[in-house]
Amino acid sequence: MTGSARVPAPHPGVSGPTAVGGVAPVLGPAEVGRIVDRMAHQVIETIAKLDFDAALLGIPTRGVPLARRLAERIEVFSGVPIAVGSLDITLFRDDLRLRGVRPLNDTVEPEGGVDGRTVILVDDVLFSGRSVRAALDALTELGRPRAVQLAVLVDRGHRQLPIRADYVGKNLPTNAAQSVRVHLAEIDGSDGVIVTDPAADSVPAHGEA
Amino acid sequence: MRNLLSAADLDRDEATAILDTAERMHAIQTRQTKKLPPLRGRTVVNLFFEDSTRTRSSFEIAGKWLSADVINVSAKGSSLSKGESLRDTVLTVAAMGVDALVVRHNASGAVQRISEWVECPVVNAGDGTHEHPTQALLDAYTLRRRLGPLDERHVVIVGDITHSRVARSNVLLLTTLGARVTLVAPPTLMPPAVGAWACTTSWELDPVLSGKAHGDVDAVMMLRVQRERMTGGYFPTAREYAVGYGLSPARVEMLGDDVPVLHPGPMNRGLEISSAAADGLRSAVLEQVQAGVAVRMAVLYRLLAGAGEPATGLEESPS
Repeated sequence: MTGSARVPAPHPGVSGPTAVGGVAPVLGPAEVGRIVDRMAHQVIETIAKLDFDAALLGIPTRGVPLARRLAERIEVFSGVPIAVGSLDITLFRDDLRLRGVRPLNDTVEPEGGVDGRTVILVDDVLFSGRSVRAALDALTELGRPRAVQLAVLVDRGHRQLPIRADYVGKNLPTNAAQSVRVHLAEIDGSDGVIVTDPAADSVPAHGEA
Repeated sequence: MRNLLSAADLDRDEATAILDTAERMHAIQTRQTKKLPPLRGRTVVNLFFEDSTRTRSSFEIAGKWLSADVINVSAKGSSLSKGESLRDTVLTVAAMGVDALVVRHNASGAVQRISEWVECPVVNAGDGTHEHPTQALLDAYTLRRRLGPLDERHVVIVGDITHSRVARSNVLLLTTLGARVTLVAPPTLMPPAVGAWACTTSWELDPVLSGKAHGDVDAVMMLRVQRERMTGGYFPTAREYAVGYGLSPARVEMLGDDVPVLHPGPMNRGLEISSAAADGLRSAVLEQVQAGVAVRMAVLYRLLAGAGEPATGLEESPS
């Protein structure tokens, strides 16, 4: 969509992204691929100790394909298939009344359920932490996991709740007014992470709450 | 969407959004813990001036599963029987701090009037012979699950069309969703103004069911023959009605194997519907009841969860 292909991706080590002309993809497809691979290895380190009795739960929209990719890479690297599901948090959000009614997404229980297992929540951007709080509530409706962990592709800071991620793909310092968007090929046509300044931000952004 | 008074209030996008939301709500019916938080702290009053079991209880369950407080007020125990006017009764209930009213009344148009008196959203749960929009939504939901998208689908509705709010709401909603409707009734039970409705009509059932009259049939909906009509001179005897318009075992066999048979209930077995039709594989009657809860959850959610702000269909959830 907003093609990361259009602008050459700067090297992934950039810490303070500057949005020149509004759109500067701070991570391109190759970086996203490498980050997912690294996260998969990190998850394997943890769940290998648990006999791989774990499940990935993606938070819609982009957490769902991300969880699927992570599971696929985990299987490639470890040879063990891992259950994947999705968890809609819309009805559990604390800003439901403020922001109006939204359409719901699917909740799909991972094969084997969540009871007694380690559940790893997967999301694209970690910002205020409110989505994760909602996800924890939504998860209690599905069952009682042994433990819950959090994996995010991008941690952009500015937490409003005492929440941290167990697996972080990329720490991306931003100012709170910027918006950080993760693009994934499954939804957006190509992979990339884009930081937009408020002035240039004409698209309703994720990562703004 | 501020109120849901008529199926005509719903355009295609809004109707589709309700049905999509209902799909997701339906999933929690199979869970052990059937409770979702979006209407916590909201109060919904079921104001029923006419008897009802399934509609009232499914609204009650729908509200409770979304964590609303649901209170039932029925006419029998109300001040109405002590001579209070409808308006006073409604304003008294509304003054208690109610967030939504679900109203059934035996007079057509009463729910519309009530919505003009109160500030909160009002849902029509059936008014006289006028409309019953949530029944139409649950029928459309059931049909969509069986048939997929309803565009160009041909739905046949059979029975007392004149006195049926179900038929009226279904014609409006199903055509909004792109389906084609044929109404079948004896001349005495076909409303005189039916020519203005967006549907075809027939006085005979067999040519319609066989597909000869109006094309192949994708679904059949049988309406209840209301007992009180039998003495109204609309048809000579119950038996004659059953012979002419009942979904007998022989008529069910005229339908394709995957043609769903719907009935809003309560059923008069042996009159408008035979047991072979009601209990056969084509029957969607129990699916309709299940759909009733999911659809009413979706309606309450979309009316109430956003504090009356317009519902959006496009916005994505922020992280």
